Amino acid sequence: MKVPVSYSFRNLWTRRLTTILTAGGMALVVFVFAAILMLAEGLQKTLVDTGSWDNVVLIRKGSQSEVQSGIERLQASIIETQPEVAAGADGRRMLAKEVVVLISLPKRGTDKPSNVIIRGVSEESMAMRPQVKLVEGRMPRPSSSEIIAGESVSRRFTGAGIGETLRFGMRDWTVVGIFDAGSTGFSSEIWGDADQLMQAFRRPVYSSVIFKLRDASGFDAFKTRVESDPRLTVEAKRETRFYADQSEVMAKFLRILGMSLTIIFSLGAVIGAMITMYAAVANRTAEIGTLRALGFQRRSILGAFLMEALLLGFIGGAVGLFFASFLQLLTISTLNFQTFSELAFSFTLTVEIVWQALLFSLVMGFVGGVLPALQASRMKIVDALRTS
Amino acid sequence: MTDPVTACDGQGPPVDLENQPVIVEVRNVNKAYLRGNHVIPVLQEINFDIRAGEFLALMGPSGSGKSTLLNLIAGIDKVDSGTIVIGGVDITALDETELAHWRATNVGFIFQFYNLIPVLTAFENVELPLQLTGLSRSERREHVEMALRVVNLSHRMDHYPSQLSGGEQQRVAIARAVVTDPTILVADEPTGDLDRVSAKEIMSLMCRLSRESGKTIIMVTHDPKAAEAAQVIRHLDKGSLNDAHP
Repeated sequence: MKVPVSYSFRNLWTRRLTTILTAGGMALVVFVFAAILMLAEGLQKTLVDTGSWDNVVLIRKGSQSEVQSGIERLQASIIETQPEVAAGADGRRMLAKEVVVLISLPKRGTDKPSNVIIRGVSEESMAMRPQVKLVEGRMPRPSSSEIIAGESVSRRFTGAGIGETLRFGMRDWTVVGIFDAGSTGFSSEIWGDADQLMQAFRRPVYSSVIFKLRDASGFDAFKTRVESDPRLTVEAKRETRFYADQSEVMAKFLRILGMSLTIIFSLGAVIGAMITMYAAVANRTAEIGTLRALGFQRRSILGAFLMEALLLGFIGGAVGLFFASFLQLLTISTLNFQTFSELAFSFTLTVEIVWQALLFSLVMGFVGGVLPALQASRMKIVDALRTS
Repeated sequence: MTDPVTACDGQGPPVDLENQPVIVEVRNVNKAYLRGNHVIPVLQEINFDIRAGEFLALMGPSGSGKSTLLNLIAGIDKVDSGTIVIGGVDITALDETELAHWRATNVGFIFQFYNLIPVLTAFENVELPLQLTGLSRSERREHVEMALRVVNLSHRMDHYPSQLSGGEQQRVAIARAVVTDPTILVADEPTGDLDRVSAKEIMSLMCRLSRESGKTIIMVTHDPKAAEAAQVIRHLDKGSLNDAHP
């Protein structure tokens, strides 16, 4: 039979200061743990949300990103004639030949330069990305040096606000519109006319071809055919997969860094919990003897002290998560290692992260509590009672 | 100054032990402790019986082995040799788990320093041993309320030990000891930490449990006044029973 849970809980309450300090240490570790997971999740979510399931991205075989890719005009035309390409309401093919280049722009306030993606788009580009909406100004006129900027870019980079001018590719470009792409990677891009940008940057080839599938289930057959076509040295990916792959290295880096930091911090928190629990056992030796004398088994004592340590961990976990949840209000920007461009994203808290953080805090409580609990359960009744 | 009125005055007659069965049989019990490399004998060849309803006081100087004997009878320590049979069960043959089960239903403990759990209320302290039984919540409540009524502390059931006086805490401990209606009650210096008035109240309560409820009580005490409440007094000296003691 178990010692009542109220016994463990009230003992923690009685030693409020020690409990707060120990749980506080654990809360800090859980905060760091959750923050790292939220960071990685936010990055992945931003990039994955950037893509649509029924869009296909084609880049040169072996390229890691659009910046490294090159697709010749002839190859782009061959792709355009494929039967899987959907047609729009006006009968035009839902396909965009895009060019992607990286430029360095100074940040507002600090003038510190950072890389920004310039995407040369065609008329269909917007229609294929329903998440991208013009929120201010107008679309650029074809064959002009006009551009539109993502909200995140216009906010953070000098000259990227509406009506302002940016100089790159030996030309001045006027920002005529601001678009909102939600929490996707497009928010961190500048869009302009593909042909104008190719001329400005003297790029004879496109970076990628994007099209909407006529039938979303036809992707596998298309991929197999196109990738074995000797005229095309391209790789086809669903747009969602393409952007997920882009976030993989960065997310993995964040997770490994985060886990390493968390493990080091958690050692401190576990030792703190262990000291607290050893002190609890030492202070309650007579109680342990009494409970055992009354007929409670060794495992009941073990359970009671483990419960106390787990409660300590749970409190730490809940507090750490509570404070970590406020990180969702922050938007941060960092360099994506795969595209070498600046990417803005938010910390994202998911149910999975909540469970992982709570489980982690319980594990810390358990590891910190198991040795003291074992010590408590192994006491000889007579010796324990003698400390009364 | 001695009090001319004893704890049992005004209570019913003691249990007629002649007609009561033997409930505790202690046979050839030996116990020694190892201190460093030295073996220190504590009890040697102890033999005696306790009858059902008997109120036995174990007396003797410090180090005579009386608390050790009490611990052995209560099943919280192990004999080196010999047997202790209580209610037909040879407790020296039980393993640790069996012994814990046996204690839960057969032994009520009363300690010198009350040993109440400070974070639990009087009610919850008394309920603790009942957590080990299969009783429902309402049945447990009924038993606890009755035990607290016996010790006249129903009105303090929601108080924590720190909110009670020493005498009240010991009465809660007695309620905890009797709540499971155990075969024996063991008390180690139950008045050792109390003032004279509280000590007398406690002894009066124990006397009532013996005479009115027929409880078998084994009490270790230094206090001759407390021992007066017992029907039988046995003296231990240097680990041996010395019944020739005056």
